[in-house]
Amino acid sequence: MTAIDERVLELDPEEARRVRQERFERIGRWVLPLAIMILAIWLWDRICVWNQIPQYILPRPGVVLWTLYNDAGLLFSSLLVTLRITFLSLALAVIGGVGLAVLFAQSKWVEMSFFPFAIVLQVTPIVAIFPLINIYVNDQTTKLLLCAWIVAFFPILSNTTLGLNSVDRNLRDMFKLNGATRWQQLRYLRLPAAMPYFLGGLKIAGGLSLIGAVVAEFVAGTTGQSSGLASRIIEAGYRLNAPRLFAALFLISLTGILIFLVLSLISHLILRRWHESALKQER
Amino acid sequence: MMQEKVAPAPYASGTAPTLLALRGVGKVFSNGVTALSDVDLTIREGDFLSLLGPSGCGKSTALRLIAGLSTPTSGVLDWRGGGALDRSNIGFVFQEPTLLPWANVFDNVWLPLRLKGISRAKATPVVTEMLARVHLTGFEDAVPRELSGGMKMRVSIARAMVTKPRVLLMDEPFAALDEITRFKLNNDLLELWQDERFTVVFVTHSVFESVFLSNRVVLMAARPGRVFDELAIEASYPRDEAFRTSPDYAALCRQASDVLVKAINSTAGTHHDGH
Repeated sequence: MTAIDERVLELDPEEARRVRQERFERIGRWVLPLAIMILAIWLWDRICVWNQIPQYILPRPGVVLWTLYNDAGLLFSSLLVTLRITFLSLALAVIGGVGLAVLFAQSKWVEMSFFPFAIVLQVTPIVAIFPLINIYVNDQTTKLLLCAWIVAFFPILSNTTLGLNSVDRNLRDMFKLNGATRWQQLRYLRLPAAMPYFLGGLKIAGGLSLIGAVVAEFVAGTTGQSSGLASRIIEAGYRLNAPRLFAALFLISLTGILIFLVLSLISHLILRRWHESALKQER
Repeated sequence: MMQEKVAPAPYASGTAPTLLALRGVGKVFSNGVTALSDVDLTIREGDFLSLLGPSGCGKSTALRLIAGLSTPTSGVLDWRGGGALDRSNIGFVFQEPTLLPWANVFDNVWLPLRLKGISRAKATPVVTEMLARVHLTGFEDAVPRELSGGMKMRVSIARAMVTKPRVLLMDEPFAALDEITRFKLNNDLLELWQDERFTVVFVTHSVFESVFLSNRVVLMAARPGRVFDELAIEASYPRDEAFRTSPDYAALCRQASDVLVKAINSTAGTHHDGH
């Protein structure tokens, strides 16, 4: 029935126009931003040449790329250090955020009592907390982890809590009628229902854990003990090595984008069959 | 499944034993609204009983009380015939299909059994049979959003029936469906009921639906919600599409409509189109 309808519609000139436009949009979605990006880089290069800006102020894009290649050993080993902190803190943020959300979901009272603490942790700038952490914690990795965790766990906690509390009332009644235990309700109803919210929080937390890791290194880096990308940036700054500074910056951005893309993909794969946000629009 | 039943036929309810008696049941919400007042109602084994009335007459509240999802503020619910029923003996079908959107059809129907600790392997024959009964064989792997409204409702009915409950409570289950689909589901529900001989309490605001399905139509009036009158629908089962077009059916519908109009007019105050 619908198959026949669609075939008839395809002959329709209006529908044909729509299909053509869709194809344009599909190509444009990739080509347009790419073209703008290339144009911007070209302009950057030209500005350097036209104004004869010295390399230690603003290096040309080609030089940055060359530095990335030349200093690859140094930069990538630093990237690895930063990535380790990022992913460890993200993992801890997931465990801590979901764990606390589940705890909060057990009772309104627990949530009301402890949620303010989470907010306090969230709104206090991490740079301001770090000196305290520096006093209380000895181990360098632990310091950085704690910092990145504080920054990253809140969106997961807050989103998952919202998700756990957004279960359809009839579904809750249905579980009650079937004599579901608290644990069963959590396992089969509330956790799956919270999944889209959790994944939304995870996407934010992924970027934040990278930011947290870099900021923590920055603050800790002033004491000269760190070896992550942030310390490479500080070091390059002191030495007026702008090309390496740009190369390190480029690596951090690239990492952030990759983390976002991977988490978006994971989210899409999990939700694609049932959640509105992941469905293709078919009208 | 073919065990002998005491009731001779599901629709000869005049002689069937009482399953549940509501005596003086009332419900006042915390905001002071009286949803139900002094309801006396006897539900017999094998009844197909419709609660028919305008919106605000407390028919859904009555259903929730019977289900145990809510407790009465006055009066008693007296479960008879084999002692008090536990919740596993009650199936409930909501107005919306109320399915788990992330789970496929099989898992949705399996759920009540799963919550009782029955494994997938052990549940499979039961679930498969239930899906066949509601004509959904072959859709086990579909998720709810891939199904039409009528099919979702079939899944919902299969889920309610998979535990073989003695009582099936239905809260305006077909109200959101188109007429053709509704007729089809009416027929299938009647068929299921005649085969399995469970008791149905069916909430609806459609005169035609209640008369077509039930052997008893209980008419309710609003403000406060109460039982206004009861009609016995004495047409014999099985009822099919021929019954839908018969003069008997038309006459019964007219009779029920007249009582419904009286019930609506009996409401104190003049406006009866909401709050």
